[in-house]
Amino acid sequence: MIELRDVHKNFGPNKVLKGINTTISKGEVVCIIGPSGSGKSTILRCINGLESYGSGEISIDGINVNNQDPSIHLIRTQVSMVFQKFNLFPHRTALENVIEGPIYVKGEPRQQALERGRSLLASVGLADKEHDYPPQLSGGQQQRVAIARALAMQPKAILFDEPTSALDPELVGDVLGVMRKLAETGMTMVVVTHEMGFAREVADRVLFIDGGVIVEQGPAKELLNYPQHPRTQDFLRRVLQPI
Amino acid sequence: MNQFFKDAIEFIPILFEGAKLTILVTIGSLILSTLLGMIWALMRVSKYPALVWFSSAMINILRGIPIIVLLFYIYFVMPDAGISLSALHAAIIGLGLAYSAYQAENFRAGIEAIDRGQIEAAMAMGMSWSMTMRRVVLPQAVKIILPPYGNIMIMMLKDSSQASTITVAELALQGKLIASSNFKNATVFTLVAVLYLVMCIPLILLVRHLEKRNASK
Repeated sequence: MIELRDVHKNFGPNKVLKGINTTISKGEVVCIIGPSGSGKSTILRCINGLESYGSGEISIDGINVNNQDPSIHLIRTQVSMVFQKFNLFPHRTALENVIEGPIYVKGEPRQQALERGRSLLASVGLADKEHDYPPQLSGGQQQRVAIARALAMQPKAILFDEPTSALDPELVGDVLGVMRKLAETGMTMVVVTHEMGFAREVADRVLFIDGGVIVEQGPAKELLNYPQHPRTQDFLRRVLQPI
Repeated sequence: MNQFFKDAIEFIPILFEGAKLTILVTIGSLILSTLLGMIWALMRVSKYPALVWFSSAMINILRGIPIIVLLFYIYFVMPDAGISLSALHAAIIGLGLAYSAYQAENFRAGIEAIDRGQIEAAMAMGMSWSMTMRRVVLPQAVKIILPPYGNIMIMMLKDSSQASTITVAELALQGKLIASSNFKNATVFTLVAVLYLVMCIPLILLVRHLEKRNASK
């Protein structure tokens, strides 16, 4: 469904992606792990065109991703994104954040969007928070609203860019719980994360990225329990046993 | 003192005529400067280098020219190029142009104060640039922009007196005309000052209200 072929990307002289090849199929949950600065987030941002890429090709259901082309707006309605810092609209309530895209981007009838918005908020455990503004919510609650907002677009896939990295440790579980439920519904998910437990339990496949290339990839449990490449082994040792 | 009030009763109707023009010039140039300022600001934050370059050039040129020179240029020089404007129109256009630069900088500051992440979130849900501006950036930027906008209104009201230099018979010029015919300078210019102050006070109160409202958030 999401296909990346030999994707390269530079920031000035700095080569961030050096030939990324992978195919993510429908319903698959893929976690991307790797040291910071390895290009993990850049891959996500290229998939929905927030960043342009130099050479290679990214396509979603056969449609080429090109953020200079008007088709990008349609692609973005089909591939939602959840950000590290939530990025909710602070001047709109939780419910208004959720219905913003359906109503104003997709032109859905308001009543229909409201109904789905309420049920989505309920599904992330925030039925009673629909009238709260984002600054009144905790980080974990904000991120769950952001997930509901992503789902409200009825996307084919959701990209998660370190969704729990900005959260207090005790709030991480709620967000991961929602994501796990989502994975069980068969949603296609690409998750950049440092939560190895989540990757092991929920992901179908894990990609280990370092220096702009996929160093190693495989079924989650296999890769995380028996990493083959020395760099993967080293990275996992540092993450799992920091002291 | 008695004489002052007697004179005042005689002069005030004439000065009111001037005050009407002052208000007209102020409102006209306020509307023009707001629209132009918004255009410059949106060009300035757009992704097209040519627009960015053009708007920053315009802003710098307009900021670098004294209002009075701009007025002279529009009223006295433009007719040479075949564009003749009435004094009132020239005043509104001149002040509107001059102030569009300040409006633009204020709008830009408000727009740029909005967190980049929100713009990305809007883009990521498929919003176009213009919808992102309309639905996400501007509603929040307005709150930041309003207090300085009120201050610009006050400055414009006072600077509308410069229209007197191109024969617009607004408050300052009416005062000068009365004073030069009867030499009651003290009375006339006191009245002129008081009238300006009276017109400014509602605006000053408005700015204070807006600033308080923002501070309480």
